[in-house]
Amino acid sequence: MSSHSIQVRVNGAAVSRDIEARMTLADYLRKEAGMTGVHIGCEHGVCGACTVIVDGKAVRSCLMLAVQADGSEVTTLEGLGGVDGSMHPVQQAMHEEYALQCGFCTPGITMTLASLAGTGGQASTEELKDALTGHLCRCTGYQGMLRVAERLGGEAAE
Amino acid sequence: MKPPPFDYVRAQSIDHAVEELARADGEGVILAGGQTLMPLLALRMANPAVVIDINRIEGLAGVSKVAGATRIGATTRQNGVLADPLVGRHVPALAQAVRNVGHHQTRNRGTLGGSVSLGEPAAEMPAVSVALDAVMEVRSAEGSRRIDALDFYSGPYMNALLPDEMLVAVEYPDWPEDSITLVHEVARRPGDFALVGLICQLALAGGKVSRAGISWFGMGPTPMRAHAAEKALVGAASGEIDPRGIAELAIGDADPFDDAHATRAYRQTVGRRIFARLLGEALNSRIAA
Repeated sequence: MSSHSIQVRVNGAAVSRDIEARMTLADYLRKEAGMTGVHIGCEHGVCGACTVIVDGKAVRSCLMLAVQADGSEVTTLEGLGGVDGSMHPVQQAMHEEYALQCGFCTPGITMTLASLAGTGGQASTEELKDALTGHLCRCTGYQGMLRVAERLGGEAAE
Repeated sequence: MKPPPFDYVRAQSIDHAVEELARADGEGVILAGGQTLMPLLALRMANPAVVIDINRIEGLAGVSKVAGATRIGATTRQNGVLADPLVGRHVPALAQAVRNVGHHQTRNRGTLGGSVSLGEPAAEMPAVSVALDAVMEVRSAEGSRRIDALDFYSGPYMNALLPDEMLVAVEYPDWPEDSITLVHEVARRPGDFALVGLICQLALAGGKVSRAGISWFGMGPTPMRAHAAEKALVGAASGEIDPRGIAELAIGDADPFDDAHATRAYRQTVGRRIFARLLGEALNSRIAA
């Protein structure tokens, strides 16, 4: 079993560790970087709760080895809001549209939307809805999320 | 749900990757996008001694035009395939089919080469490769060879790659740009495995079908090429084709199965109907134009 010395920029700060090859990026972010906003649901790529942004793209952090993120820039939920505690436009929209219930799946959904809308891009409503198919919400609170997709997509179209 | 212990090697070049693969002596596995391998590791259905990561090999990702074909490097991300203008223009069946592969988040990591070499029977990209007579370029420490997509798949998750070989690129032969492209799949939810999937490409010349490539996915142990339907189509005048008859012939070359989601008979019925409908609509709009 090989071990590797890696450095990942997590929410703007370098996190350097020696890790086992088999450690997933999700575990690295939670246990080594302390970013417990990365929620681990199914741990095999089905639910989407652990979604983070790696080098600008939304990915499932349970489906990537930490060693693969060596040298990468990772954003988790903790890195979205302003330093003054203000919410990211996606968080604001989710708050106002009641787009969460128990909140377990929320970080992943927020990261997917933030990678495509607001400061992350100008995705259309259809593209945002398509991207939401990559997430499961066991509370079945999808209607609020779809309203967020419509709102963010509509803003992008203006 | 934690992967078992293994050694990890970040390959610096194709040569490096295949040397490591040879050294692993059958106990090595190539890590491309990881969207299937990582779940297999987490579920401990895979237990390799060495994981060889090809993601950072320069020049292994990308789309280019070569003589008579469009060449797609093995580590080209599925979302890269989706957005690529060369693929959209020269391999529209692939551009359309890849929309149904997984989800946006998995397409950001998942690669063309990973999906093609995995050979999931219900997957889109292997079926496109088989329908369009793609050629797989594979490498080992011994050298390279080319394998026709039609000869590549031998069963579910089984292919012609030897333990020390890796897929480097797939080449999709050019078709006339005014070809008819039909891509359709029926799945329970977006991103789910297809219950029934169809790829059909037809070239027309002088009012007749000059070339046909048809395959099914989710309809047998491998992508299923519909040879009998192709044979009946080539040479036929586009106004005289019976779409239902062609669909019936095409279903004859599929070998679907019963599972928890659908029966063999359901898959056959749906396959027959979607092919007949799409073919009829496409031919009618071409005749009307």
